[in-house]
Amino acid sequence: MSRDRYLRHARHVLAENPVTLVASALLLVLVLLALAGPWLAPHDPLVTDTALKLDPPSWRHWFGTDQIGRDILSRVIVAARLDLAIAVSAVAISFALGSLGGACAGFFGGWADRIVTRISDTIMAFPLFVLAMGIVAALGNTIANIVIATAIINLPFYARMARGEANVRRQAGYVDAARLAGNSPARVLAAHVFPNCLPPMMVQASLNLGWAILNAAALSFIGLGVRPPTPEWGIMVAEGAAFIVSGEWWIALFPGLALMLAVFCFNLLGDGLRDLIDPRRRT
Amino acid sequence: MSPPLLDVEDLSLEFRTRQGVVRALEQVSFGIGPGETVGLVGESGSGKSATAYAIMGILDRAARVTAGRAVFRGVDLIGESESRRREYRGRELSMIFQSPRTALNPIRPVGAQIADALRRHAGLGRAAARRRAIELLDRVQIPDAERRSHAYPFELSGGMCQRVLIALAVAGKPALLIADEPTTGLDVSTQAAILDLIRELAAGGGMATLLITHDLAVVAERCDRIVVMHAGHVVEAAPRSRLFTTPRHPYTARLIASTPRPGTKLRDLVPVPGTVPDLRGVLPPCRYRTRCERAVDACDEPPLPRIIPAPGELVACRRPL
Repeated sequence: MSRDRYLRHARHVLAENPVTLVASALLLVLVLLALAGPWLAPHDPLVTDTALKLDPPSWRHWFGTDQIGRDILSRVIVAARLDLAIAVSAVAISFALGSLGGACAGFFGGWADRIVTRISDTIMAFPLFVLAMGIVAALGNTIANIVIATAIINLPFYARMARGEANVRRQAGYVDAARLAGNSPARVLAAHVFPNCLPPMMVQASLNLGWAILNAAALSFIGLGVRPPTPEWGIMVAEGAAFIVSGEWWIALFPGLALMLAVFCFNLLGDGLRDLIDPRRRT
Repeated sequence: MSPPLLDVEDLSLEFRTRQGVVRALEQVSFGIGPGETVGLVGESGSGKSATAYAIMGILDRAARVTAGRAVFRGVDLIGESESRRREYRGRELSMIFQSPRTALNPIRPVGAQIADALRRHAGLGRAAARRRAIELLDRVQIPDAERRSHAYPFELSGGMCQRVLIALAVAGKPALLIADEPTTGLDVSTQAAILDLIRELAAGGGMATLLITHDLAVVAERCDRIVVMHAGHVVEAAPRSRLFTTPRHPYTARLIASTPRPGTKLRDLVPVPGTVPDLRGVLPPCRYRTRCERAVDACDEPPLPRIIPAPGELVACRRPL
C-alpha cells in the first residue's frame, strides 16, 4: 500500500519536473558505468599502443587515444567507479558524523553544542582545499586518505546545517508532545527531531556529492590523489592539459566533460530529491 | 468528595527572566478526584498552562518550582526524578494541547504515530499496535479510519488532527488527561464535537480530566468542578452549579457577567476592567486588587485570606460576595 503510493509519488515528481528527470537519467548512467564499467569499456584502459598514440576521435577510438595510445573512452568509463566511490564514501562519512554531531549539538545545546561548533569552526578556518591537500600529504597518497580528507572538509557543512535544523525543531509542538508521551530525550531526538531534519540535509548531501567528486579530481590533478596509471578523471585532465596547446584537445576534454556532467547531475538532483523524500510535498 | 487522584498543594512557581523574576504561580491548590472533570479557567497569563506544565514536569528551563507539591496517587510528581516522571507521562498522565497540527510529527503517518505510543505504553507488537491504532482512530470518530491511518498530519483538517491527538493521548489509558485549550483554533461546531468526544472517552474509561480554557462557556456544561485562576492565584474553586449561581469572588462574578449566554444581549455583557497585572517586583497580597470594584484598604494587608466554605471549595478574597 505505502510502497505503491511512494512509487506513484516518485513518478509524479519526475513527470512534473523535467530537470529532475534529466538528472535522474544522468545518475542512472553514472551508476551503470560505475557498476559495469570494466565490461562496458570497448578496450582495456591500461593497454598501451604506441603506434596509435595521440590519435584523434575516430570510429575505432570514439574519444581518441592519449600520449601512450590508451583508449580514452575506456578510461573515462572505467574511472567512473573510482570517482563515484570516493565521492559517495566521503559524503557518507561526513553526513553520518556531521549530522549526528550537529543534531546532538542543536538539540542538547550546552557542552555538546560548544564542542561541535568549535570543531567545525576550526575546520572552516582553513582554506578547505588546502586543508585537504595537507591531510593527504601528511597521511600519505592513498585512496582511503583522499576519502578521509574529503570527508573532513565536508564535515562542518553537515554539522552546521543539522545543528540549525535540530535547534529550530527542538521547540516544535510535536517535540513537546513526544516528551509528554514519555519519550526519553535520546528517543525524541532519534525518532522525531532527526527525521524531520533529513529533507534539507539530503539536498545538501546531493550538492556535496558533486563537490566531493570535484575535490577528489582536483587532488589527483595536482598529483596528491590517485596515482597513474589508474584511470581517474582528475589525472586524465592533468595529463591531457599539457597537450591542449599542441592541438590534442580530446585527451583533457572528455574526462573533463565526464567530471562536469557528474557534478551537474548531483547539483540538479538536489531539489528533486527533497521533493521525493519530504512527505509534505506529497500532495 | 472521594480521595483525590491528583492533589496540587500550594504550588508556587517562578520564571527567571532578564527583566526580573516573574512569580507566575503562588500557592496554587486544587484537587481532582478519580473520573472527575475539572475546569481550569482564567485569562491569558493567569498561569493555567504553567500549572499544567508543572504537573507534567515539562517546564521551561527558566522556570523553577519554589514551593508546593503535586501529589498523584500518593507520589509527589514535582519532587520525582525526571526518569520516574517519564514513566508517568503518557501512561498515567496524558496531555493534549492547543495547536493540534504542530503537535503531530509532520513526516510520519498518523496511524504509525499512534502505533508507536501503543507499542511503548501497552507493550503491543507491531501488528497488534497497528490494529489497535485503527480502532482508536475509529473511536475518536475519524471516518474511514483504516485509510486515514496512512494519512500525514498535513492531509487532515485541524479538527481531525485534534482527534488524532486525543487518540494518541488516551492510547496509554491514562488516569488523568490534561487538555490545554483543546479547541482553540478550531471552528465552533468542531469545538463542541471535540469537547463532547473528550467527555465521552473520559466517562467511558473512568478517566479524570483537567480542562484548561479561557472560555467559561466551554466549562459551563462539561465540568463537575471549576477552578478560577487570576494572575497566578486560584481565586475561587467551586462545583459548577454553585459557581454559576452564586459566585463568591468578585473576579468570578465579573467573568460570568462577561460570558455570553442564551438570552443575553451584547450590551448586557460587561468586560472585566483592566488587565492581568505585571507579575514582577512587589505585588499586593491580592493580585486582583487593582481591578476590583470592591477593594478596600484592608485588602492591602497580608496575608490573602483563603476561605474554605466546603471541602474542595475555595474563595481567596477579603470581601467575598
